[in-house]
Amino acid sequence: MTTREIANATVEVDDDGFFVDPTQWTEDMAPLLAEECGVPTPLTDKHWQVLHFMRDQYFDKGTGPTVRKLGKTSGVTVKELYQLFPKGPAKLAARCAGIPKPRGCV
Amino acid sequence: MTDTSTALVETPEVADTPAAIEKVSIIISKGSLEEIYPGLIMANGARAEGIDVNVFFTFFGLDAVHKKRNEHIKVATVGNPGLHIPTWAGGLPGVSALMTKYMEHQIEGLDIPDIPEFVQMISDTGAGLYGCLASVDLFGLERDDLIDELDGIITVGEFYEMAAGGQIIFT
Repeated sequence: MTTREIANATVEVDDDGFFVDPTQWTEDMAPLLAEECGVPTPLTDKHWQVLHFMRDQYFDKGTGPTVRKLGKTSGVTVKELYQLFPKGPAKLAARCAGIPKPRGCV
Repeated sequence: MTDTSTALVETPEVADTPAAIEKVSIIISKGSLEEIYPGLIMANGARAEGIDVNVFFTFFGLDAVHKKRNEHIKVATVGNPGLHIPTWAGGLPGVSALMTKYMEHQIEGLDIPDIPEFVQMISDTGAGLYGCLASVDLFGLERDDLIDELDGIITVGEFYEMAAGGQIIFT
């Protein structure tokens, strides 16, 4: 665990860059985080739909959803998810949305 | 004369962290439920990590991408010590069907898709799905017998070309 500066704030992140405390996240951090982890920018409405869904799920269930759950419940299909976040939708959306990395095999 | 032997020993450079896996080619060669799911889970999980994936279905593994058979994949109840039932019991009529139903129920409970849906999902993640030409010929199959999502029927040589630079996982 380490601290870092982003969008004029100091936040705590784990070794892989995921937020430890999601309440430290603000929306203006998302585009910066996206650029860092290779998500195509500028972020589109669909990106934001996924990011907000990730956060809602996290605060509701204590963990972010896997790609399968995202595809079933976020309103964005698996195909689209991989276009939005080519290098792993659940993982990268969690990183940009300021929540810990979701755990789950499927 | 000075001893120079130590100077000849090269110290290999060791990276601090191993390089991340960037590509995997997964071979699914068997046709029972418990032998198809692991390969599919590994393929889907690799894509979720952003790893490039090709899945190669060969021999009885082709059943996973066979239009008429992929909905009827069974658990092998004979010669499967992991099930902890006597082999003679596993061979009784209906035992495989019953055990399959039970496993499917457990899998559904974990929100893991059934095999046709799972294969479709893996295709949607951008993974490449391929059938083995030798097996297709051996079983007398046509392209139409296999699901539309299959990206091609290829030779083993083509598979190795495709797998170049990545890891190969045989299941």
